[in-house]
Amino acid sequence: MKKQNQNLVFLAVLLVVILGASIAVDAALPSYHIAIKVIKKATVYALVAVSMNLLNGFTGLFSLGQAGFMLLGAFSYGVLTIPVDKRAGVYQYFDGGAIKFSLPEVFAGFLGDSLGSVVGMLAALLVGGLLAALMAWLIGLPVLRLKSDYLAIATLGFAEILRAFFQWNALGPITNGSNLLKSYPDFAHATSYIILAGALVALILLLINSTYGRAFKAIRDDEVAAEAMGINLAKHKRMAFIISSFFAGVGGGMLAMYNGTIAAASFKSTMTYEILLIVVIGGIGSISGSIIASFLYIFSSEWLLRGLDSGVFLGIEAPGVFKNGFRMAVFSVIIMVIVLFFRKGLMGDKELPDLLRLRSRRKEAPSK
Amino acid sequence: MSETILKVENVTMQFGGVVAVDNLNLEINKGEIVALIGPNGAGKTTAFNVVTGVYQPTNGAVWFQGEKIIENHPQGKMKSQYKGQHAGEYAHVLAPTPDKVTRLGMARTFQNIRLWKSQTVFDNVLIAKHCRTTSNVFSATFRLNRKEEAAQRANVQELLETVGLADVKDELATSLPYGKQRRLEIARALAAEPQLLLLDEPAAGMNPQETEELTAFIGDIRDRFHLTVFLIEHHMNLVMNISERIYVLDFGKTIAHGTPAEIQSNKRVIDAYLGVTEDA
Ligand SMILES: Nc1ncnc2c1ncn2[C@@H]1O[C@H](COP(=O)(O)OP(=O)(O)OP(=O)(O)O)[C@@H](O)[C@H]1O
Ligand SMILES: [Mg+2]
Repeated sequence: MKKQNQNLVFLAVLLVVILGASIAVDAALPSYHIAIKVIKKATVYALVAVSMNLLNGFTGLFSLGQAGFMLLGAFSYGVLTIPVDKRAGVYQYFDGGAIKFSLPEVFAGFLGDSLGSVVGMLAALLVGGLLAALMAWLIGLPVLRLKSDYLAIATLGFAEILRAFFQWNALGPITNGSNLLKSYPDFAHATSYIILAGALVALILLLINSTYGRAFKAIRDDEVAAEAMGINLAKHKRMAFIISSFFAGVGGGMLAMYNGTIAAASFKSTMTYEILLIVVIGGIGSISGSIIASFLYIFSSEWLLRGLDSGVFLGIEAPGVFKNGFRMAVFSVIIMVIVLFFRKGLMGDKELPDLLRLRSRRKEAPSK
Repeated sequence: MSETILKVENVTMQFGGVVAVDNLNLEINKGEIVALIGPNGAGKTTAFNVVTGVYQPTNGAVWFQGEKIIENHPQGKMKSQYKGQHAGEYAHVLAPTPDKVTRLGMARTFQNIRLWKSQTVFDNVLIAKHCRTTSNVFSATFRLNRKEEAAQRANVQELLETVGLADVKDELATSLPYGKQRRLEIARALAAEPQLLLLDEPAAGMNPQETEELTAFIGDIRDRFHLTVFLIEHHMNLVMNISERIYVLDFGKTIAHGTPAEIQSNKRVIDAYLGVTEDA
């Protein structure tokens, strides 16, 4: 079978298995169950990690602005979807806020309640992505001229400034200042998250395997050669930056959805580091690596190791040791071990189908 | 009457106090194979870098296919430091980036091979086709450019067959033996559809047998792709065999130019360069 077709079959099987499993989980468990929470959060993190990988892993641009773009997406989502009759309560210090409509309600007006609100929610996520992309377009020109570490510092600084800006009281009628945005809608089912994030990741995969994605990889591998072969560096770097930011923006909107509340203060650089960690653990330059790593990361930090903070872990009761903060300590050790033993992350720059192919090739080899 | 494809006019490249290329003047006609030779550090690679837009010359101009594409004059601090000639004769600044120059119809190889390490042989060549892509990022992502993509892939396959690399097309570029990597770099340059091909020491590190093959190969692709070839080389057999004309640089200055026969009997060239390489 041709490599292309093999990949397609593999993806199709994977898709059916994942969707089947998530539909089953949704049907069996209540939406507040920890399993659903973990799947939702991991799905969002997977999307954001993949978007970061597109830039850092595939284009070779070391940017740390992810939290900033996620913040733009999160606020866009919240601001545009809070139901009109809840706005007086949410924006209680700002006279009910400046915006007097809610996208899900607007769309419900002509598409009917259920379809309309879904379309409205998706539209709000899209606006968040576009806003993030617009911001990336604006800052891309000056920032992308900087080399490696300076680019990292500049983007990190940008995200911090944005966070401070969104907490500014003068913007309160829109951002609610340093108060929470809340009462906006969420998708109840983990399956909805998986379908949405899955579709977006699929888009990134298509991009990476297109002629533009190949140009990004050429820039990553050797910028001088790429430029000599006619690839406009400024244009392509900016393009990668804008696209990556778009997906980070949508991811930020989905994270807001998942959290149920939005506060600018939570989009700290620690969030960017967390995502960077996922990218590194999964393998810089591997999409499937980012996805696997974000599920492992969220699953262990939110669920598996929870007990380390609350007294009981694996049935062992030791409230003296297993108390607040111990989880993070154990977690850090695990991460260090992973980074030490898997220098290039779990997947290196390979994808899942590549690994399966390698194994089957190895099996064939001795018989020759 | 042959038509000039490349004209380098009074080009001086000065780095700080070092004049790497000193008032270079040369003309290359369509379809010619012209060599640039000279001892190490003579300024040959620097001349290539100026022509392809990597360096902005300190003074002078470059014409390509009848159009002035590069021009500069000493500016800022360089105004007082400039040691070259023709100061004050150029007033404009034309500084295209290397990718733009490539899209105008020049493609090059590098003295130190610069293939894309994580890419296969096939993809290395395919990526060079990107600069000829007409589809935008949306149509490429949504696969609305299947026709163009298929045409490019077919073209790359054909190119790899022409240069004899089709059997290793799925290998990683850097896993190839040295000689094949050089050949791959040439194939990659060809994929960008140049009129003028610039080769920086294509035979470096090759044994006599490989060098001989390469000599024939360069002549071959010149005819097949209707190219003009401008090359830097230290292997004198190759240079004398295929060049129609030769320019000789020494310490940035052009000390001679002419046919291979003229160059071989030029006293200055023998003193400055040929005498040295023959026993090297
Ligand atoms: N970017 C630069 N900055 C400063 N000096 C430079 C730069 N590039 C080249 N030079 C200097 O210009 C001179 C010519 O170098 P160049 O690489 O062009 O030589 P070359 O003729 O290609 O030599 P070789 O045969 O060894 O490749 C050298 O003295 C070199 O140190
Ligand atoms: Mg050189």
